[in-house]
Formats: sequence, structure tokens, C-alpha cells
Amino acid sequence: MAALAQQSIVEAPQPKTTGYWTGVWRRLRRDPVAIFAGLVILALILMAIFAPYIAPADPYRASSLRRLRPIGTAGYPLGSDELGRDMLSRLIFGARLSLFMGITPVILAFGIGSAIGIFAGYVGGWVNTAIMRTIDVFYAFPSVLLAVALSGALGAGFGNALVSLTVVFVPQIARVAEAVTTQVRSRDYVEAARASGAGGFTIVRVHVLGNVLGPIFVYATSLISVSMILASGLSFLGLGVRPPEPEWGLMLNTLRTAIYVQPWLAALPGVMIFITSIAFNLLADGLRSAMDVKQ
Amino acid sequence: MTEPAIQIRDLRVTFGGVVRAVDGVDLTLHQGEVVALIGESGSGKSVTLRSLMRLHPPRRSRVEGSITVAGRDVLAMSERQLADYRGATVSMIFQEPLLALDPVYTVGEQIAEVIRRHEKASRAEARARALELFQKVRIPSPERRLDAYPHEMSGGMRQRAMIALALACRPKVLLADEPTTALDATVQIQILLLLRELQREFGLSIVFVTHDLGAAVEVADRIAVMYAGRIVEEGSARDLIRDPRHPYTIGLLKSRAEGALAKGSRLDAIPGSPPDLAHLPPGCPFAPRCPLAIEPCRADRPPPIPIGPGHAARCIRTDVSPGLLARHPEPAPA
Amino acid sequence: MIPEDRGGPAQPLLTVKGLLKHFPVKKGLFGGASAKVRAVDGIDFEVLKGETLGVVGESGCGKSTTARLLLSLIDPTAGEIVFDGERVGSRALSLKEFRRQCQMVFQDSYSSLNPRLTIEASIAFAPQVHGVPRKEAVGRARDLLARVGLEPRRFAERYPHELSGGQRQRVNIARALALQPRLVILDEAVSALDKSVEAQVLNLLLDLKEEFGLTYIFISHDLNVVRFISDRVMVMYLGKVAEIGGSEEVFERAQHPYTAALLSSMPSLDPDNRTEVAPLAGDPPNPIDPPPGCRFHTRCALVEPVCSAKEPPLAATEGSHRAACLAVQPGSGHSLAPAATSVELAA
Repeated sequence: MAALAQQSIVEAPQPKTTGYWTGVWRRLRRDPVAIFAGLVILALILMAIFAPYIAPADPYRASSLRRLRPIGTAGYPLGSDELGRDMLSRLIFGARLSLFMGITPVILAFGIGSAIGIFAGYVGGWVNTAIMRTIDVFYAFPSVLLAVALSGALGAGFGNALVSLTVVFVPQIARVAEAVTTQVRSRDYVEAARASGAGGFTIVRVHVLGNVLGPIFVYATSLISVSMILASGLSFLGLGVRPPEPEWGLMLNTLRTAIYVQPWLAALPGVMIFITSIAFNLLADGLRSAMDVKQ
Repeated sequence: MTEPAIQIRDLRVTFGGVVRAVDGVDLTLHQGEVVALIGESGSGKSVTLRSLMRLHPPRRSRVEGSITVAGRDVLAMSERQLADYRGATVSMIFQEPLLALDPVYTVGEQIAEVIRRHEKASRAEARARALELFQKVRIPSPERRLDAYPHEMSGGMRQRAMIALALACRPKVLLADEPTTALDATVQIQILLLLRELQREFGLSIVFVTHDLGAAVEVADRIAVMYAGRIVEEGSARDLIRDPRHPYTIGLLKSRAEGALAKGSRLDAIPGSPPDLAHLPPGCPFAPRCPLAIEPCRADRPPPIPIGPGHAARCIRTDVSPGLLARHPEPAPA
Repeated sequence: MIPEDRGGPAQPLLTVKGLLKHFPVKKGLFGGASAKVRAVDGIDFEVLKGETLGVVGESGCGKSTTARLLLSLIDPTAGEIVFDGERVGSRALSLKEFRRQCQMVFQDSYSSLNPRLTIEASIAFAPQVHGVPRKEAVGRARDLLARVGLEPRRFAERYPHELSGGQRQRVNIARALALQPRLVILDEAVSALDKSVEAQVLNLLLDLKEEFGLTYIFISHDLNVVRFISDRVMVMYLGKVAEIGGSEEVFERAQHPYTAALLSSMPSLDPDNRTEVAPLAGDPPNPIDPPPGCRFHTRCALVEPVCSAKEPPLAATEGSHRAACLAVQPGSGHSLAPAATSVELAA
């Protein structure tokens, strides 16, 4: 009977083994909504990169004669703004700054917030309590208010807007990072790693990071849309990008005077913000379900 | 002869188009009878049970065959009929009462709610009924416990409260899905005895799903052993324990660590692991693990072979299978 | 890398003295008065070299907390653990070195494997922590996989979710053995498995024990399994040891009424002789406020006034068999207490 344990297990043929990311990609591919959202984002990024080649006109060239032309005017497929600049070109070029302002603070906050959250979550105890209560102070302010207050305090400008947006997102990401890390830390495989004598740094590197970065990344992706809207808001209030740079939020601001004259035209930057943010949100949703291993 | 409480004919349940979780189950349950469905994870026992309540999401599952409960065709019911049927004709208890009970209402409110949904009863009447049920399931100081929230009760009390909830509308059939698996040994036996007692008092028919042969023997009149989506052996509890014929049943009995065994001896384990339900072999699904398997076993699925009154096994080698049991002494009663 | 046996066969591999763990809990909304869960409340026991000590008890009895305390996964409130003559954490035996010699297998086979690592990487992780080069560690992992019945070529590069529960538990056993430990703590290691798989894994554990000269602490709620695998058995109730002794002695001649009740709570597996009366009423009490005196007196059939007044010590009844019950201890004041020699309790 001792031979029984040595005998290999007989079983039905199993599918070829696959890596984790292969599985995620396979599940993501089956989600048409997420794929569509991903394609929209890809298109927007390509548009931003190749803006000079795509845009029909110079986004800065004003014309005092052809101001606020409606959508569909000859030479101005999407009309012209209050200074007579081509809307289509400005929307295309606007993708550059808008996407940059949307993505950069999130990437920065992802790095900083994850580090804080994973540290607090893994160490636990009073260290965790101290860090997380401090973070909660920031969290208590509505993000719009916090971004506006910080930008106002730091002074208007592109760089300061990025900094204040990053500060807004760090507590949010740190909170999620702390929550998932606390959860992973209580798993038996972390206990088993501790029981085999591994140090905290090794355990975080091998057993924690791989399991928490995914969920944090998904959460961060969903913040990109918030970041874009906040960045637009800052620009709208004159705290972010300054005229005449094309940026969707700023465009919304400067066109607001024309809302009674050309309502559709004035709404165009808003439409772009809406499409982009919803695409990021849908992609984040798709990623979330695709990363669920227990499928 | 009264009509049976439950009649299942050729039940087949398929998930996602490929995973055949239940593969032709026939089961008849007479009124006032207790049947235990036993099997390992993936054997289809819980899926069969849930089909009786039609709990499977219609989009992802396909249910074929026929299920008649108390003379009514369950698979033909409309959503509305189903809502009336669940709770009033058939109700169910689960392994983990904490997940089955609503955490934001007291257990008393939940029971009263169920009564008032199915019957015309005033608040006071419903509460009185709930109290009576709590006494029936032997909850100490029932008056006070009615106002407790599920998380304030211990595991055994919660399980009793869930049984009270299940019996609130005087169902004819009780479905029990591993109700004692998560409980401690000393509490498990109390719940098993309670079920037996309530069954006698209310004349309930019970389908009791478990992986534990011991628990099954304590409550069931008849036992049906499931493997890979089929009932491989069915008979009275006595027949199954004393004269098992399917090699799988015999294997289950023999692999138990039971009574005093010589130190250092090995258990008589069934080799291998249960089959993948998406890739079932053509013949008997147990053949790859069976010590008696011969060529015809791998070719065709064996039909139920009658062995005695009410005792049948899906095995073509029931003539020689008792020999398997003889290799080891019969399990001694503890 | 095989650790040396220092004290010889007569010296216990593990000696636990006065192990105590109290968890603070907030009680009540307003008072904020802090209560304590007495999860493990002062236990002493020894594990001899090469034996299997079974630990049984119901939820809340402290058996899993004891396992985690032994490995210092949680810090004890008080108490001392001595491994082969050296106190754990002393200069002679650092915690890291102790952890290399003492490993654990958990109940939940899924949660105890990192879902993002191949099983080969999971097994090779611990040796690498202790300085074994990666190549060698992976080679050893593959040997161990073969040893636990999983063909390395087919399984080494799989991920945990691609295996069945029984296969995953084999991986967990291989992982625990990767450091060539001397003591393995099995915390409900077979409880989540199907019966037919459970028997295979139990046989495997016995084979491995013989092959590697292991010592086991086997924690389980399944008395049949504990009886099968254990040389000695320790019964715990509400953070205390109720009874400890040789496996057959405890199962055949239970001294403590709680052990007797546990044994008769097991389903009979005899359709003609079903259990008619539950041996115990109610659930195990909450370890936050354990009853005074003997902790079992609230549920005990032999209870007398002395039981709530006096806490019974864990005293020898015959040979190495010890029980914490006044009814079997001479001169305890309990009316059933024997005059001088021990009297067996009706089972």
C-alpha cells in the first residue's frame, strides 16, 4: 500500500498550463465592452501622438472674422471657437494635454500611494493606524475641493496642477492598497512564508506585490477619468493649463460664453471628456473581472 | 398508495454547455421518507438538490428531464408559481446559516416576514408562530432569541434558527444541503437528532445532501450514492452499509479511518481522483479507479442492476463486488 | 542540511510550558471596558521524537491558535517553547533556524498557495530564503513533487487554480518538506478533502513520516482520523488541555467526561443502532468569559458544586495518561473521585 503514494495521479487530460497574464488576456478578449473601450483609448492616444499629421489646421491660428462658426461650416468641420480657431484641430491637439493631465497624476499617485498602502498594510498594528488615520484627513475633503485648494495655494500653472492632482489621488490609492494588502497578508501562503523564516521584504516582493498590484492598478485606471475631469475643472477655473493652449477643460471654460450662441459647439470638449473618461472606466471594469482568477 | 413527494426522472443539468454536472438522475422520494444523497465534491449531489428548487440561473444552465414535487411539475412553473412554491411546498437549509440569514433583521422578524408573505397573518400571529417554531427547534429562552440578530447567535443556534425559518410555512419537503458539515461534532449530532425528530413530528420528506456517510446513516431511511453526476447505488441505509455492491460505495466504506487500526497500517484508499465532468470517459465513469473494471465497463455506461427490493447499483460486476469488501473486516460500529 | 538530533531520542522534540495567549476585545458600545479572549490559557505538553501527537477539540478550543503560537506566527502572551533542548529565540536556536526545522500545512489548500506562482516556485521559495541556490532549490522541488505523487513534468509549471484540492494539498505538503524540517504541524490538513482523497493523503503522510523521520502534530476535529494517525492524543476544551495520553488509552478509556462526550457524538455508522440522545446539549461556550472552575462544568453530566469552585489540574490517572477532571482525581472533593486508585469512567 506504501506504493500508492508514489503512484502518480490518474486523471482526465488537462488543458495546457497557462500563465496568469495569458489567462487575463484570454478572459479580457471575450469581453466586447472592455475591448471596445480599449480601442477607443488606443485611438485617442494615437490621435494625441500624431496630432500634427491629423489636424487639418493650426490649432493656434485665430481669425477674428470667422468666429463661432457652426458645426459643418466649409473649412471648419466642427466649427470654430470664440477666437475663430478650428475646433477639430483644437480637439485633436487637446487630447495631448488632457490625456497627459489625466494619466500623469494617476501614475505618480499609483507609485506613491501603493508604497504607502502596502507598507501600512503589511506592517499592520499601530503603524498602520497612524499612517491610515493621517491619510484619512486628506480623504475627508471632497477631491474637487482639495484639488482646487491645493492648486490655489501652490499658484496657477501646469506643474502645480499635476502636483495637486497627485496629492488628491495618493490617499485614495493608498487606502485601496492598504485594504488589499491587509487581505493578502492574512492568507495562509503569507503565513507559510513567514513560517519558513522569510523576512518581511522578501515576502512583500515575492508574495504580496504580485497579488496586490493588479487590484490597485485596476482601481487606478478608474481614477484616470476622475483625474481628467478634475484637470479640466482646474483649467476651467484658470488654475491649470493657460490659454491659448488647447486643452479640453480650458476649451470648455472659454466657450462657456458662447453657450447661447452655439450650444452644440460649446459642448464638444465636454463630449470628448465624457468619451475618454467612460472608456477608461469601462476598461477598468473589464480588467477587474478578467483578473479574477477563480473563473 | 399515495403519490410520491418527489419524483425525478432522467434529470440532466449542464453548465456552460460542456460541464454535465447531473447526468441522468432518477430518484423517487415517498411522503415522510428521508433520503440522503451522498458523494464527493463535483458528484452532482448539490446540483440535484438545487434543481428541486430551480435555483440554477436559467442563462448559464440547462435543465432537462422532469421533476415532480407534490404532484406539480417544477420545471414548468412560472416565476410567480415558483415564488409560491419555494418556502410553502419545499424549503431549504444550507451549510452556512450566516450566509442564508439576513444580517440586518432579527431572526424573529425574518421568520414572521416569511409567514406573512405566504399567508394572511397579523404581525402578532406571525410572531406567535415564530415563537412556537423556536420552541420546536429547541432554542433555549426562545422569547429572547427571537430578537437576536444572526451574528449574535452561536453556530448551532443559527442552524436551529434556519431550520425554524425553513419550517415556517409548513412545507411538505425539506431540502438540506450539508446542514451539519460546518458544525462541531457535539453540535452536529444534536442537529441530526433534531432533524429526525421534526421529520417524525411534521411527517416531512427530507432530501439530505452530505459527504459524510456517518451523518447520512444517522438520519436517512434510504441512501443514494452519487458519482460523476449519476446515482451509482441506491438502497436502504442498512443495505448500503451491510451489503454495498458498487465498488465506489465499497471503496468509500473501506477508506474510512474507523475504530482501532494497527499503528502504522495504511488506509485502503481509492486511487486516483474524481473525473473531469467536461471530459467524461465513454463507459462507467468510475472504471479508471475501479479494481474490478473489465473491458465492457469502459465501453458502455452500466444501467442500474437490481440487487434486492429497493436496492440497485449501476455496476455490471455486482456479482463479484462483495469480494472487495471481504479483504478488510467489516467496519465495526463505534 | 539535515539538522542534527541534539538531545538523543529520550529528549522530547518539543516542550511547551505555560503557553498563554489572550486576545483583547472591545466589549460594549459605551463602557469600552476591554475583555480578553482566552484563546490558549496556559497549556503544557511535550511532543516526543518521531511520534504523532493528535490534537482534537471543537471550534474555540484553541487548537489552531496553539499551532500558530508554536511557529511564532503570533506572539504568545506568556509561555516558553523548547525545541530539542533549546529555548526558541535563544542564542542557541534563533527563530529563523527553528522555523527551518518546524513547518506547517494549513487546512485551506487554495489560500495556502500563492496564486501567482507556479507550484514549483512555491515549493522552491523557502529553501531559497535559507540560501539554497535557485537551481538546486527547483531541483529539490521537483524531487519532492515526485515524492508526493505528482509527476514533475506535468505539474511543476502549473498554477494552483489548475489543480484539484487533493493535488494542491500534496503540493502544500511538499512545500512544508522542502526545508527538511523535523517537526511538521498539520492544521486540519485533510479536513477539506473528499473522503477518498483524504485516505490517500493520510497514507502519504504516514509514508513521508517513515521516510524522512518526521514528527507530526496533527490537529483535527475528526476523531476517527486522529485515532488512526496519532500515537498520543491531546484533547482541548476552551483553551485548556482536558486530557492527554496514548491514543488507544484516550479512545478506549476516556477519563474526562468531555472526551467521552466527543467520542459518543461521532455518528455510529450503524443503521440499527443509531444515536438516540445527544451526549451534550448546546454549543461550546464563548472563550471570552470562560466559566470559573472547571471550564466544562456548564455542560458536564457529572457536575457537582466543587466543579465550579475549583479548577482541576491536569493530573496523571494512569501512566502517562493525564486528565483535568475532579471526578477522577483522588481527594478532589468530587463524590465520584476515587479513594486511591483511578476508576474508569463509563464510556
